[in-house]
Amino acid sequence: MRMTGKGSAAIVGLALSAGVALAASGADAIKERRALMKENGEATKPIVPILKGQAPFDLAAVQKALKTYLNAAEKMPALFPPDSKTGDTHALPAIWENTADFDARFKKLGDDATAALTEVKDEASFKATMPNFYKNCGGCHEKYREKEN
Amino acid sequence: MTAGRSALAVGIGIVVAAMAAAGWVLTAPRPVDPQTARAVSEPGDPAAGKIVFFLAGCDSCHLSPGQSDPTRLGGGQELRTPFGSFFPPNISPDRADGIGAWSAVDFANALMAGVSRDGRHLYPALPYPSYARMSVKDVRDLFAFLRTVPPVSGRTPPDALAFPFSIRKAVGFWKLLYMPAIAQPLAEDPTDLESRGRYLVEGPGHCGECHSPRTFLGGVIASRRLNGAPLPDGKGKAPNITDGGLADWSESDIAYALSTGLTPSGDSLGGPMAAVVRNLAQVPEQDLAAIAHYLKTVKPGGDS
Repeated sequence: MRMTGKGSAAIVGLALSAGVALAASGADAIKERRALMKENGEATKPIVPILKGQAPFDLAAVQKALKTYLNAAEKMPALFPPDSKTGDTHALPAIWENTADFDARFKKLGDDATAALTEVKDEASFKATMPNFYKNCGGCHEKYREKEN
Repeated sequence: MTAGRSALAVGIGIVVAAMAAAGWVLTAPRPVDPQTARAVSEPGDPAAGKIVFFLAGCDSCHLSPGQSDPTRLGGGQELRTPFGSFFPPNISPDRADGIGAWSAVDFANALMAGVSRDGRHLYPALPYPSYARMSVKDVRDLFAFLRTVPPVSGRTPPDALAFPFSIRKAVGFWKLLYMPAIAQPLAEDPTDLESRGRYLVEGPGHCGECHSPRTFLGGVIASRRLNGAPLPDGKGKAPNITDGGLADWSESDIAYALSTGLTPSGDSLGGPMAAVVRNLAQVPEQDLAAIAHYLKTVKPGGDS
């Protein structure tokens, strides 16, 4: 299916799955999902030294990161339309072969981020929650992202 | 035909036959030496072997398809390479289908010499050029650990290799080119940080098997080891992990990424490295520190 405008894509997207805010066309979807993942990385960058014990605990940075992940988790499932399999992307074909699992992983990421926003209050709760939280990332990158690093 | 010419023909025939015989002998499967065979047959320590198991990441290839428990080692996940498809075998202790009936010497022959239980060459999809560098103690302990995991029944399909790679005998020539020259395997692992790091990277960890570019025959290009390479299945690449590729990484960045997947840039390692990370999360921090320390000492080589 080839979409020409965001409007028609949105209509079809809504028709296909209620609750999906926006379905973009191939190239736009790739751009948008890459931007979201870039934001995830940027948000995680200051968290890594805290996890390693090399930077002081910073609740604001953690909450900002979790909100970034939550935003991405909500938007990502709609950003893999069939016409976005190829192009400037490292997305693997496995995404479109395992749609249910792929979407469920973003649902879990979102749920875990929501839970962590309540749970993480101080350094102790941060250390108890976040290392496990970040396993969400590798799990998806393992199956669905072409290895580039 | 004169007598002289026929003598020459016979002479040439003898030389050709001698060369063929020498080639046959030189490329014959060669099991581990008697001293190693004796030492590896001593009782091993399964608890220490469990750490070797996670360092070597046996489950990355030998896990039964669809399994997440790293000790279900029924094998069979297809390994696609430019030479064809390999189906890593069942290494669970099942007596009929796995390695439950193997001796420690059978195990050492496979791992350190690339020789099967029936005395034939194994393909280097099993990274024995790396495992040849393992200490006898680690091999013995690993074997002891593998005896403790659950038996899984079922055999894997035969490898599906393209000609001429399907000629098993030719692996003997490959070994002449690419097996490390090791007169006598180490009895035990080195202990100082840098030597241990090198041992873990080049031996059990077999990092260079994915992270080094290879020749068209599939041998690691020694001058460019760890310089990064395309992955065997053609999907993506394994990065440069010499000090050239890791210039912006501290030793603690490397060690932390190896056990959590999280990189200093906020990314999370994926692809086949995700399984490596799961395994390395189970090994002592000191080993990760040793690996990180050694990698920072490796200078990038060649043209990458």
